[in-house]
Amino acid sequence: MTKAPFMTRETVVNTILALLLLGFPLAAQTMGEPFYITLATRIAILALAAVGLNIALGLGGLVSFGHAAFFGIGGYAAGILATHAFDGVPLLAGIPGTASMLVIWLVALIVCGLVALPIGAISLRTTGVYFIMITLAFAQMIYYFAVSWPAYGGEDGLSIYVRNEFPGVNTAQPLPYFLICYALLMAALGLFWLLRGSRFGAALQAARQNATRLAAVGIAPFNIRLVAFIISAMVTGVAGALFADLNKFVSPSMLSWHMSGELIVLIILGGKGRLFGPVAGAMLYVLIEYALGGITERWQFFLGLILLGVVLFARGGLLGLLAGKARHG
Amino acid sequence: MAEPILEIRDLQKSFGALKATDGVSLTLMPGEIHALIGPNGAGKSTLIHQISGTFRPDSGTIRFLGQDISGLDMAARARLGLGRSFQISSLAQEFSALRNVMLAVQAQQGSSFRFFRPVMSDRSLTGPAMAMLERVGLAARAHLPAAELSHGERRQLEIAIALALGSKAFLFDEPMAGMGPEGSKALTRFLDGLRKQAPILLVEHDMDAVFALADRISVLVYGRVIATGSVDEIRNDPEVRRAYLGEAA
Repeated sequence: MTKAPFMTRETVVNTILALLLLGFPLAAQTMGEPFYITLATRIAILALAAVGLNIALGLGGLVSFGHAAFFGIGGYAAGILATHAFDGVPLLAGIPGTASMLVIWLVALIVCGLVALPIGAISLRTTGVYFIMITLAFAQMIYYFAVSWPAYGGEDGLSIYVRNEFPGVNTAQPLPYFLICYALLMAALGLFWLLRGSRFGAALQAARQNATRLAAVGIAPFNIRLVAFIISAMVTGVAGALFADLNKFVSPSMLSWHMSGELIVLIILGGKGRLFGPVAGAMLYVLIEYALGGITERWQFFLGLILLGVVLFARGGLLGLLAGKARHG
Repeated sequence: MAEPILEIRDLQKSFGALKATDGVSLTLMPGEIHALIGPNGAGKSTLIHQISGTFRPDSGTIRFLGQDISGLDMAARARLGLGRSFQISSLAQEFSALRNVMLAVQAQQGSSFRFFRPVMSDRSLTGPAMAMLERVGLAARAHLPAAELSHGERRQLEIAIALALGSKAFLFDEPMAGMGPEGSKALTRFLDGLRKQAPILLVEHDMDAVFALADRISVLVYGRVIATGSVDEIRNDPEVRRAYLGEAA
């Protein structure tokens, strides 16, 4: 094996991105600008959701246009459990609601995994544009279900009156809440890194590059993809729970296809399949939204231009520009 | 007489009105190289695809190591020990040559549902993979992406992958295609030794290689086996000469 340098250029770029995202809200705190902390929290949560999608899309080449379903389910897990806890009405006979984030995250993980299993099992029988359409169709079914379900606000959504609790942390304060989200993002990045380097990751990336080759060595691509899809959905689901807690509100818009598209855009902007691609993408996206959104309501027009530029001239996204081509050992 | 490793009986496959495989029966015995020759469009690759599981025959059976594998998918057949190379190289293009072989080693070792241990520092994967690359003479190119290998090197890599699977039979679809004369000679010597490890069903257009290697030859024309026999029998078979060798030689 050739000896790798202590830090590759990509590692340097990743470290800088991680420190920037951490330093920005800390600076905002000392300057007494809590709004910027909320902005950074939004970046961390969207990045977390996109890290989830990046497992399916980046590593596995599975362009899911339905990941808003899992983002929204995570959000509703937080909203519904918090509402029951607040009202003191049991969720089901004998099962109370809860305001504990840890329990909410666990519920979001489990429910997203259980929902992703049949969606993945059906969608993964198709490939390419059909896969995109089927995942979209499933997400839209869940979207319309949420719209037409009056018990939890239907179209109007559901408010969380008090941000849910985390042991030993005052979650109502912006900075501690940011740190929770940041820690989860880092944990998800660690998971992504481990997965990518593992046997499972090798098989998953081979399935993207050449599924016939994978089958010819005796590994069924379907099983690998299905597990990746489920893990991917679970990570995005936790991000959804955090997002609901950030806004203290969850509505069907979290489940809409716009949201699915936004997650894909984050990955394309940042660099698909790259460890920090979703982080770079989320930073760029939220900054564009904030900077241009202050000038014009039509900021998405400019986002479109930037996206066009990335797709035409910088396929590797921001990470490709900063750290060069991806390497595969 | 020994049991055949691979036994194909009365295989039929049509694409619309075209009978690509028309009642093919053949066997692969332990220790032999059985060459499958025939003009372009005779249905050789179609036959290999049915044996390896890319697609299913319309009727007929395929038995491998005494077991009917007709209903199994490609991955399951590979796990039983059916190793193949593709007529058009089929590799994970972004992965290095080494990682392509490591994938086979990992498949051979068991479950790929291991999520945490990094493969690149796993000597139980890199060691055997490197050894296979050395066997086919590709060790010096181990760290190049498959996409950057030459045509002939990709062929060698496909064979290294089949070796790493610990296959009990090999299906090689034109392994010499696109190789220079030197490469063909080296590969011929290599395959000659390989038959001791596992029998080979060899589709090949390079007649020098076929005549040098084959214990038996089957001639496929329009989806039918018109003759099976030793090199001499096939060389002297009038029907074969008319249908195939006559126009080629």
